[in-house]
Amino acid sequence: MSLARLRLIRDPRESGDRVRHLRSAWKATSAFAAMALFLIGLLAPQLAAQQSLPPAPYAYRQLEDPAKEAEAQALMETLRCLTCQSQSIADSDAAMAGDMRHQVRTRIAAGETPEAIRAWLVERYGDYVSYAPVVSETTWPLFAVPLLLAAGAGAILWRRLRRAR
Amino acid sequence: MRWWWWLPLLLFAGFLGVATYQLTQPKDDLVPSAMVGKPLPEFDLRAAAEGMPGVSTADFRDGKPRLLNIWASWCLPCIAEAPQLERLKQEGAEIVGIAIRDRPEDVAAFLARHGNPYTRIGGDDLSQVQLAIGSSGVPETFVIDGRGVIRYQHIGDIRAEHVPILLEKLQEAGE
Repeated sequence: MSLARLRLIRDPRESGDRVRHLRSAWKATSAFAAMALFLIGLLAPQLAAQQSLPPAPYAYRQLEDPAKEAEAQALMETLRCLTCQSQSIADSDAAMAGDMRHQVRTRIAAGETPEAIRAWLVERYGDYVSYAPVVSETTWPLFAVPLLLAAGAGAILWRRLRRAR
Repeated sequence: MRWWWWLPLLLFAGFLGVATYQLTQPKDDLVPSAMVGKPLPEFDLRAAAEGMPGVSTADFRDGKPRLLNIWASWCLPCIAEAPQLERLKQEGAEIVGIAIRDRPEDVAAFLARHGNPYTRIGGDDLSQVQLAIGSSGVPETFVIDGRGVIRYQHIGDIRAEHVPILLEKLQEAGE
């Protein structure tokens, strides 16, 4: 049985019957293969079901106004996909990222500013959802340490130059 | 050689030590909702399955604390937590469901196969309510008090050991 045919199985009960049939025919040698087929059969309808609802209207469709679309695109590139975590929602094909793009585009089209939309999401998911760096209680050392290091290096340089003269 | 010549090397060694330690720590994938402690946003969702009512914010403001379960018929861990939801229902918890990106016939098939612990199920086709309450995946379960305020969030499928915690949080929400 080819994988392509297996993918056509939508009803898990049907795939279960096939598995039992395979087992009786091939006995122990086919047990492993049957198990794999059974698992694929089990998963196939679930994966298929995930795709069954069409993507949100503005998940893959750009806004008619190119200026607004550019604004939306810039914002989407700095928002984290929550189910994939290391991608932006502009990069991800996850259904939830599509729904987030839809939300961003419809809100931009309705006249909301990108920063208001970002603030709305941060209010729900924390700074984690945004890739745009912010100075906060926990992140200030990231900004302060380079300044301190540069100041230290400047002080050493100044002392050396003064001594050399 | 003056002692402080070693300082940069020591700092670097210290940095390596911290980095090595952090690499051995398990990664925390959970994205907690910042909406815990805040009221539910306004929404009104269509019925996700035939013969069952939909869900709106007003349904949570009658004084009774409830569980709000974010799930979907296409979600595998949701099958795993179905028996635990059934247990919570038997313990007296009222469970309201929101089905994410789901078709009525798929919802009905899931309920027929894995049981129906819900009193209402709303269909969230664009994940709008999910985003509005700060949920980042399925399944997640929120404890909502009788005034419609989010009091607790459980991320991931409910296992047997989480049932007492949820019941406790539900009781706290009712006090």
